[in-house]
This record gives sequence, C-alpha cells and structure tokens, in this order.
Amino acid sequence: MANPVLEVRDLTVALPAGADRVNAVEKVSFTVNPGEIVCLVGESGSGKSVIAFTVMGLLAKALKPSSGEILLQGENVLAASEARLRELRCTRMSMIFQEPMTALNPVMTCGDQIDEVLRTHTKLDPAARKAKIIGILKRVQLPEPERIYASFPHQLSGGQRQRIMIAMALVLDPVLLIADEPTTALDVTTQAEILKLIAELQGSQGTGVLFITHDFGVVAEIAHRVAVLRWGELVEMGQTEQILSRPQQGYTRMLISSVPSIHPAHRGVRLDKATVLRTEKLGKTYAGKSFFQKARVVKAAVDVDLDIRRGETLGIVGESGSGKSTVARCIARLIDPTEGRVFLGDTEIATMSAGKLRPHRRRVQIVFQDPYRSMNPRITIGDSIIEGPMNFGLPRNEALARARKLMETVRLDPNSLDRYPHQFSGGQRQRICIARALAMEPELLIADEAVSALDVSVQKQVLELLDEIRQRLNLAVLFITHDLRVAAQICDYVAVMSKGRVVEYGSAEQVFGAPKDEYTKALFAAAPGRNWEFGKFATA
Amino acid sequence: MSATIPEEIVDSAAIASASTRRRSLWALALRNPSVIFGGVILLVMVAIAVLAPVLGTVDPTRIDPASRNKKPGTELTLRLEDGKTMKRVALMGTDSLGRDVYSRVLYGTRVSLIVGVSVAILAVSLGLVIGLVSGYIRWLDGFIMRIMDGLMAIPGILLAIALVSIWRSGLSTVIFAIAVPDTPRVVRLVRSIVLSVREEPYVEGAISVGTPTWLVMFRHILPNTIAPLIVQATFTAAAAILAEAYLSFLGIGIPPETPSWGNIMAEGRTLFRVFPHNILYPGIFIALTVLAINIMGDGLRDTLDPKMSKKV
Amino acid sequence: MLDFIARRLVSIIPVLVVVALFVFFMLRLTPGDPAAVIAGDNATSDQIADIREKLGLNLPIWQQFGIWLGNMLQGNFGESFFFKKTVAELIAQRLEPTLALSVCTLILAVSTAVPLGVIAAYRQGSLLDRVVMGFSVLGFSMPSFVIGYCLIYVFAIELGWLPVQGYTRIGVDFWSFLERIILPSVTLGIIYVALIARITRASILEVLNEDYIRTARAKGLSNRVVLMRHALRNAAVPILTVIGVGIALLIGGAIVTESVFGLPGLGRLTVEAVLSRDFPTIQAVILLFSVVYVLINLLIDIGYTIFDPRIRY
Repeated sequence: MANPVLEVRDLTVALPAGADRVNAVEKVSFTVNPGEIVCLVGESGSGKSVIAFTVMGLLAKALKPSSGEILLQGENVLAASEARLRELRCTRMSMIFQEPMTALNPVMTCGDQIDEVLRTHTKLDPAARKAKIIGILKRVQLPEPERIYASFPHQLSGGQRQRIMIAMALVLDPVLLIADEPTTALDVTTQAEILKLIAELQGSQGTGVLFITHDFGVVAEIAHRVAVLRWGELVEMGQTEQILSRPQQGYTRMLISSVPSIHPAHRGVRLDKATVLRTEKLGKTYAGKSFFQKARVVKAAVDVDLDIRRGETLGIVGESGSGKSTVARCIARLIDPTEGRVFLGDTEIATMSAGKLRPHRRRVQIVFQDPYRSMNPRITIGDSIIEGPMNFGLPRNEALARARKLMETVRLDPNSLDRYPHQFSGGQRQRICIARALAMEPELLIADEAVSALDVSVQKQVLELLDEIRQRLNLAVLFITHDLRVAAQICDYVAVMSKGRVVEYGSAEQVFGAPKDEYTKALFAAAPGRNWEFGKFATA
Repeated sequence: MSATIPEEIVDSAAIASASTRRRSLWALALRNPSVIFGGVILLVMVAIAVLAPVLGTVDPTRIDPASRNKKPGTELTLRLEDGKTMKRVALMGTDSLGRDVYSRVLYGTRVSLIVGVSVAILAVSLGLVIGLVSGYIRWLDGFIMRIMDGLMAIPGILLAIALVSIWRSGLSTVIFAIAVPDTPRVVRLVRSIVLSVREEPYVEGAISVGTPTWLVMFRHILPNTIAPLIVQATFTAAAAILAEAYLSFLGIGIPPETPSWGNIMAEGRTLFRVFPHNILYPGIFIALTVLAINIMGDGLRDTLDPKMSKKV
Repeated sequence: MLDFIARRLVSIIPVLVVVALFVFFMLRLTPGDPAAVIAGDNATSDQIADIREKLGLNLPIWQQFGIWLGNMLQGNFGESFFFKKTVAELIAQRLEPTLALSVCTLILAVSTAVPLGVIAAYRQGSLLDRVVMGFSVLGFSMPSFVIGYCLIYVFAIELGWLPVQGYTRIGVDFWSFLERIILPSVTLGIIYVALIARITRASILEVLNEDYIRTARAKGLSNRVVLMRHALRNAAVPILTVIGVGIALLIGGAIVTESVFGLPGLGRLTVEAVLSRDFPTIQAVILLFSVVYVLINLLIDIGYTIFDPRIRY
C-alpha cells in the first residue's frame, strides 16, 4: 500500500491547568491511508474533535500539543510555521464542520467564499476560477450552480450549505479531508445524501478522510477503519467490520451494545385500557402580522389525531420542522392550540382558560431536551422537585419526603437534594427532571427529545429508567424524538409526522416492519447503519 | 462539540472549582482588580463627602468681597463672626465672589454623589417595574414600548433640559430630569431579559407544575435581572454625575449658590483665561469620580454579566 | 426593498407621535397660563389674549393638540417673544454652526475610532489594546466642557495656534472657519471616539468567535484577511447602530460645546431659550432634534441592508 497521507504518532495535547484531567489527548497514534475513511468515534469529552483541530493547526489557544508528531505526507505539521500551515490548508488538508448553518460567512456569496480559496492558493485568472468553482459545485450535485454561486448562505438549506462547505474543502483536491461531525446537525434524509456524497468524492479522487462522529450508525455506513476513543486515549482500532462485530475491549463492547436496535422490540398488543389522552383535529397556526405583505401563515400542526392509553408509550417521530414538538407543547398547553380539541381523560383542555387550567396542569408533565437549561440554576434540585407539589398544597416536609423517595426511584442519592443543578452531569440532570415530573403524580408524561442531548451510553440508561417507570406506575408516555432507533426501542405506537401532519400512525411493529407511506419509507431507508445489528457480537 | 474544548471537560472543571457558583460569583467580583481600584477611589470620595466639615473647610457659600479671585495657595485673612481674624491658606484659590474653592469642591462631592446614587436608584427601580410589566403583560407591552421609544427618540440631555425648564430648578427636579431619559434603557434591558428567560425550559417547567404567574416571576425570572441591573446602575450613576455637571454648567441645573462641581465650573467660565483653577480642580474631581465608577462598572460587568460585555 | 423602507417609515410614526405629545404637553405642565408663559414677563394683556386665541386655549385639549400639530407640520413654529422673531427664522439662522460642528465631529470620530477599535481587537490584551481601552473609559468620564477648556488652554492660550472662541461662516472665510471648528470638533469627538472604538473592538472580538471565522482560517487565509474581509464587515451592523444611537450624545454634547466655544448654533439657542423661558423656541428645538435623530437612525436601519444581505425583505 502507498504511504499514509496522515500519520499521527504519540500525540498528546495538554489541557489548561484546573481542568479535570491533565491531557485532552494522550499518546494517540493512528494513520489514514489514501482513499481510506477512518472514523474517530467517542462520546463527548473523548478528545476526538481536539485531534481534528490539532491536525489543522486550529486548536484553541488554551490547548497545547505537548508531544508527538503529526505527519501529513511525511511533513510534521506540529513543527510547521504558521505561514506553512496556511499554505497547507485547503491545498493538502481541508476540514468541514458540524454546523453548516454558521460555518459560512453570512455576508459573502457562496461563490465568493469558494473563490477566496482559489485566490489565496492559486494564480488562476478570474474566468478560470469561475469555471473551476462551477465545476466543483456540479460535482457536489448542487442544482443550478450559477444561481448557487451568487447566493448568500441564508438563502440555502442546511444540506446545501454543507455541500458548499464540501465544495470549498475539495476544490483544490487535497489529500486529506477532515470531517468533524459533518452530518450531526442535519436531518436523517439529508445526512444520508451527504454521507453518500463524501464517500463518492473521496473514492473517485483517492482522498484520505478522517471522519469524526459519535454515531455508530454513521460508522457502519461509511468507515473503512474505526478508532475508538475514551477520555483522550485510544481504546482500540481496527477494520470497521471487526470493531463492530468482534470488539476486543469492554468499553467498545459497552458502547456498541448501547446503540438501540432499529427493529422494534415486541411489546404486546393494546389491551382494553383507559384512554389518558386524546386529540381531535389538533392544529396550530402561526400568523405573522404585516401591513404591506399578506400575513405569512405557518401551519405548524394540522389535523393531528392521537390517543394514548394508560401504561402505553406513543412516539412521535419526524425531522426538524415536522411539528412534533409543537404537538407536544400544545398538549402540555405551553402554547395554545389554534384548532381542535385535547381531551385529558374526559376533560377538554385545549380551550380552557389559564385559571381553570391550573388544577389540570398536574396531570400532564414534560421533560425537555436540554438538561442544562431545564432547571433553574439558582435554586437547589430539592426546591425544584418540591415546587410543584407545594403549589398544590402539599406541606414542605411531605413534599421533601416524596422528593427523597423519587431520587431513589431515578437512582440518585437522596442526600444530594440540597445541591445545585450545575453539580450534576447531563444524564443526572435528566433524571432529576424526570423526578420533578413524577413528583406531580401525572397521568401523562411527555418526553420532548429527552435523550437526544445525551451520550449513547447515558441515553441507554435513561431510556431504561423511563420504561421501567412507565411499567411500574402504569403511566401514559408521549415520546417525541427524531431518532428512529430510540423510537423503535421505547414506543408501543408510533406516529410519523411530516410538515405538520401525521403521515403514518400505528403500532411500532407495523410502522417499522411494513411502512406504507412514501415519506416513512424514505425516512427509514435513510437511517444510517440500518443493515447492521449492533450489539450482536460474534463470539470472539 | 463545535468548540475545540470538549464541553464535558469544561463542565466538570467548573464543577470541581465552584461548589457554590452563585456566591463565588459575587466573591469573584469583589476580587476583580477593576472593582477594587474603582471601589477604593469611590470610598475615598464618599469619605470626603461625609467628612467635608472637618477637612479644614469653611462655609462653602460664604461670600468674601475682600478675597475675590485669589490663585491657589494664597494666604487669606478671614474675619470670623466674633470679630477675631485668622490666617488660612486657600488651597484651590477663591472664586469671583471670594468663596473658598477648596471648601466648595469638597462639599460639591456630596451633591454629585447624591445625584449619582439617587438617579441610579430611581431609574433602575422605575425601569424594573415598567420592564417587568411590559415583559409579562403582553397586551400592555406594545403601548409601553411605544412610549419608551418616543422618550428615547429625544436625546437624553435635551429631554433633561426640557424637564428642568418645566419645573423650578432644584436638586430633586434635576435628579428626576436626569432619571427620566435613563429609564427607557432600563425598561428595555429588563424586558429583554424577561422575554428571553420566559422561553427557558426551566420556566416552562415551572409553569407546567402549576406555579402561579407571580411566583414564576419572582422566583425564576426576577433573579436573572439583578446582576445586569447592578451593572446598569453603576453606569447610570456615572452618567448622572456628568449630566448634573452639564446642566449646572449651562446654568439650568442646581441653583448657583449650592456648591456643586458643575456650579463651580459655571462660575469660573468668565474668568477662565486668568483663573483656570476654578475649572481645573472640580474638573479633576469629577473626572476621577466618574472614572472610578466606570472602571468599577466594567469590572462588575466582566464578572457578573459576561454576556453583556460584548454589547458595549 | 421599497417595501422594507416603507415599513420602516411607518414604524417611526408612533415614535414621532409620542415625541409630539410630550412637546405639546410640556407647555401645559408648566405652572401658570400657557399663553402668559409664552408671551414672557413683559407682555401686555392684549398680547396674551391674542395668543390665547391663536392657540385655541378655550377649546378642548385634543383640539388644541390638533391645531398645534397642524402648525408644526406646516413649519409654523410660532413666534419667539424673547428674540422678537419667528422661531423658524431663528432656527434657520442658527442651523449652520451646529450642522458644521456635527459633520466635522462625525467624520473625525468615525475615521479615528474604527481603526483604533480594529487594532485593539486584533492585538487583544496587548499594551496598545489597554491604552485604547483606557483612553476610551477616560473619554466617557470627562465632562466635555472640561476637555474643551483644557484644549483651549493649551492650543489657544499657551501655544496661541488657534483662536479661543467664536465662529466664522463657512461661506465667508473657509480657513477662518476651519480654525474655529477644529477645537470644538475634537472636544465633542472624544466621547464619540471612546464609544465607537469600544463597540468596534467588542463586536470584532465577538465576530472572531464565530464559526465562519474558523472556516476562513481553515481555508488558509492570513490573519489580516480574516480580520478585514470577514470580521470587520460582519461587525459593521452593531458599529453602525452605535454610531446612530450616539447621535443623541452628539446632540447633547453640541449644546455644551457650543456654549464653551461661543458658537452661535442651535445648542446655544436651546440654552438661551431655557434661561429666558422662551417656550415656543424650546418646543421647536426639541422637536427638530428628535426628528433629525429619528430620521438618521431610520437611514442607518436602511443602511444595514448594504452590509448584511439577511436583512433584505
């Protein structure tokens, strides 16, 4: 085989003093060969992004590579001058980032931004540059390259912007492409297209790709070789098939078996249980007011009919902008629905006045996505948990006793009730939020992307906890998620939403096993790693 | 994930270093060099204001035709009420009515500090109440904000001048006239905090556990306004001291016999070429005081409200 | 685009209505008969009765407002009994010095402050940065008339390079005009420089944290290009905003500076009018300054679209 394009040898990157560990990256070595895609996988804090930025020489000033070598086609970039590094960027190594929405300069046209690369690194005349840019825009399969050339980033979709980033990165045919979670911020169908595009382009040009991700689905889809990282150290490295089916290390094994299966677990059929929640033609329309233009009307949710019975979990699945969160927030009456009705048991709450609604608030509780913003940072978690019960007249002592019990239920130390939210990790905070919701003894628990911000191993624990609580308390759960795997594992029934409407609704087995709607089919087809059964390890 | 320092590392580092973040934030503010520097100067000024009578001053309004327009350092003979005479060095000279500038400057510290503190308290408390109402009672919001926009459309000093011209000039009129143009800024600040905090999941969480509106406001929203308002109050106080000086300098502020820095300088204008000390000494005092407050405000903002430091 | 401008125009109407209401009620809030207040101390009872008639003081208050607003919109600002002229004439006479002072200050301030702010941001934490920031805090803290007198003392009295006070009309003698406008402009400009330098530095530092700056670096651009081509243009909107809001400071500062340097402008007129309780003039000046302030900020709003394509619809 040819010489590797990238060779990282014993790389150590020091963290600033006062951090929880000495090094962000410790003695990591690996190589990327021409035409090869190497995935760096790890949970947050594993140091995978730090490695990527070190290679590009774009590390934040607080972080310092303290030892080791990074050889780009044999040249040590750690020893290169700032000027030499600038020469290498975009000509021999390029990088694309996670957030296509913010990675492009909003006040320059896309064409100009690519043109800048050519003006900096080549001596081409304007006509040749323009031709080259149009060429690369075609290669990244953007429609109407001329129009895209003159467009500003805000006029394009997220997927299109990521294509612009890829075009910019590859316009000078670098030998190495570093992709830092390039599809994480994208919807699943767009993600599939971008992954396909990256694989095609690097295949045809023989580019080596260093691909950073936390998602084993993406790994299974795209990687030739995989390196697993934990706390800045390389756990193990090998061929994709080998790592996924015969991992040598316990950590890798744990990580891979935490990935939820896309095949729904058999959960029994609907028995004749009491209906907790029912919506009838629920709708929410946002209308912007304007003097001169016609009011812009956004139909966030249209004619949504759902019902959930006691002890059941209903999942709403959809991409961003599908209206799934709108529905959840209408049901919790955090926003007021504009059409239709919401029955909580026999009570209609969609049109109820705020004053009359208050006694019914207890019955529906919600757990939010962002564990860092769901609790008031200024008050103790104990006070957060007892706030609700005390609103409904429970004396402080009894409320605290209930809170201690709930802390045990969510497997946290009951003695830590007097601590503040920032003293807990993301997963722990999410458990506290669940405890806060349960303190109200609700009939319906809404989880709005409640596990989306968590690492896969933590996610698994929280999902198991939620399911256990549902069974024990015979709770009705409304589970909002964009993650098909999560939905497959936790839901009895699934509603697929697109553009504000429910396009398919049925039992999880039915929807996942034999989808009828075209959109649902496309959605499932796009799920990365759908052909891989994670956690079914070959006996080593 | 987008930052080059992984979130989890930073987060746990923060946990390790700050077990009680709230309290340590204030402690941190009090250890900030800017806050200490400004605070010390300000304390000296407060001491001067309080101790003015015992710092070798004479009655600052005492007119003495015999010792008009003396340069700093001149020795004067004072005739006391019981007929005796005493020698006294006029450290900062005298003005065109023979009043002792040193005494006037020291007593002027009182007026300036009173104006600064009163305006800050008045503007911030008015702004807080109006801002909370505007941010929380949606149907009043449009009406209130139109009035605030209108008030902000009149340049501050001009609005103060207009208000002073309506009523008799006096200390309380001046304080009110300076506070009114500052209030809309506070209203906007409070309103924007209320509007953004309302959207926080923890506020929605509180609403969904049935917390009544007034309690949501006091327990979950109001505490977020304290740090920015303290910062705002310091800058308001600094600007108010300057504004008082402007008004008095123009002859439309506090009555001229009252010893205020602006009045001393207004009085010294006509003979400025020959006797610049009438403007120099109060000028130094005012610049030093306002500088101290501004530096302290910068320090407080950097520690208490780092997000705001990006907007001026 | 036209639609955007039209909507901005409509949005300033309520603001101007509030300003007009304030100015109108100002006179009614003063203790005493408005007609007597307007006529001044030496008025005869016939004059007062005449004014009562003109203002429609016997009519309901909203009709009075209507009459008054109608007059204002026609440029009929009333008559100054103190100056014995119509207010419109008075303002026309006093317009030039203020306009000249403001324009000179603006040019001076923006052309020094923006580069200072950029350099300070570029060399964040360096000695230069600290000097610029220190100067900026000091600029906020000195009353502008103290700065003015210091400058007069050094450049006019001690060095004798420039005249102490006074104003020459631009059409009469340009050099003399320039000599006399330079110290007032520097005096007034200092607080403005302090403000703009500070916001320039702050906005550039904020922009430098954006993802697209990282992208620009990843393209292999030099720091200078990143700063000038990517950072500065994105920081332009907040800088422009502060320049616009700072016009209020400029107007306030002009009132004081004109007094210090004896410029016969609108600022000086305002003070004279307040001291002599000449209400028609006070009202007209406040209205005029506010309308100018609002219109300049409207222009700046529209100007945003040049710098930021996202604000165009």
